[in-house]
Amino acid sequence: MSTTDVVVTGLGATTPLGGDVASTWDAMLAGRSGVSPLTQEWAEQLTVRIAAQLAVEPSAVIDRVRLRKLDRSEAIALVAAKQAWADSGLADSGLDPERLAVSFGSGIGGAVTLLNQDDILEASGPRRVSPHTVPMLMPNGPAAWIGIDLKAQAGVHSMASACATGAEAMALGLDIIRSGRADVVVAGGTEAVIHPLPLAGFASMRAMSTRNDEPEKASRPWDKGRDGFVMGEGSGALVLERADHAIARGATIYARLAGAGITSDGFDIVQPDPECKGGIRAMSRAIRDAGLTGRDIVHVNAHATSTPAGDMGEIKGIRTAIGDHPVITSTKSMSGHLLGAAGALESIATILAIRESVVPPTINLDDPDDRLDLDVAAHKARSLDIPAAMNNSFGFGGHNVALVFTRP
Amino acid sequence: MATREEITSGLAEILEEVAGVNPDDVAEEKSFTDDLDVDSLSMVEVVVAAEEKFGVKIPDNEVQNLKTVGDAVSFIEANH
Repeated sequence: MSTTDVVVTGLGATTPLGGDVASTWDAMLAGRSGVSPLTQEWAEQLTVRIAAQLAVEPSAVIDRVRLRKLDRSEAIALVAAKQAWADSGLADSGLDPERLAVSFGSGIGGAVTLLNQDDILEASGPRRVSPHTVPMLMPNGPAAWIGIDLKAQAGVHSMASACATGAEAMALGLDIIRSGRADVVVAGGTEAVIHPLPLAGFASMRAMSTRNDEPEKASRPWDKGRDGFVMGEGSGALVLERADHAIARGATIYARLAGAGITSDGFDIVQPDPECKGGIRAMSRAIRDAGLTGRDIVHVNAHATSTPAGDMGEIKGIRTAIGDHPVITSTKSMSGHLLGAAGALESIATILAIRESVVPPTINLDDPDDRLDLDVAAHKARSLDIPAAMNNSFGFGGHNVALVFTRP
Repeated sequence: MATREEITSGLAEILEEVAGVNPDDVAEEKSFTDDLDVDSLSMVEVVVAAEEKFGVKIPDNEVQNLKTVGDAVSFIEANH
């Protein structure tokens, strides 16, 4: 590995499948769904009454007084980041805080705080609005809190590229280390907007599954019966580190973040380019950036969200940019769509797939779309030797991010 | 009229709820920021909750003078 190589030395997550990486990964390999009915009273009037809710509440990990000052998206970002930090073993390594950066985003940010405080404003007047409102709702809040807790002083960055946010956070982290601005970057994404307004907004777009009677079957990428995505909440975090720094301290190295490709469609605010042109350019760039060719990519953790409009374009894109040989999967079939955290969680799934030589399954692929002409690890996890793999994330606005991970 | 002890105990309840302060640590000589570790935003919450609990109005320009629990007790005692 060269001095500018970037490796992954810590993983953290709190998801609908588990309160940490190990339980989330076990659930994925077992093909378990994290989608359940919304039993809250406010859900009764919604057309969408299912979601992938956190398996472990942040209150199990963070004390009550601290939670008063944190939006849920911030709280779970802290949970995931601190797991990744502990996993990396950097806490007692004497790392100079001026060499530690944070790259952590959210697709929607603190919308639930905004809405809850608006309820208070309407009901009780402006003096009752919490003084914590602004730091709770600001979209840089999750990154900022992580930076404060870890004392990061090389820069705290927060991007917003809708459902590509988590992946773009990784790409920025890679840039930061390659350019020498930091030796370690805590990178990830977070999202927690299971609230009637965002649910109603996405439902009004006809983007979400209304399979309310069969929650576990609702997220079904590439299946003929797919009728939209299922909203999930959660956070995923990676510790990215300069390779020689990690080797010098004898760190456990999960994988190498070998390349990233970012493009934009310049096409439509919500519709993906049906030919996946921007996606193809992102995938090709990531492969080139990694110094590889399409042949080398043997597995893709696809973006595939289970929408009728979105899923098939990516298939064309993978064929064009990589070829017809990779074994693909969509772990969103189990986790639901974590929006701004999706790219982070799916990076973790891609890394563990490489490390453990197994592709997690795509559940609910009972009746594949006729245009699905790639090999999907349907229903069951599949053993596969994986020297290099890709994770794709695309977001509203036409954001395309592809990441290439390899064995260290 | 509430006694100074009753006001102190009412403030202790608010401080526990808002800032996680142990009620046993609350005494008139304690500074909100230096001794009880109440940050500036949480102090705003304490003030608003105290106004509600004791039926007083604590103007923003008065809050900076309330350094200790005793300062707050005196203000509330004199104005409620």
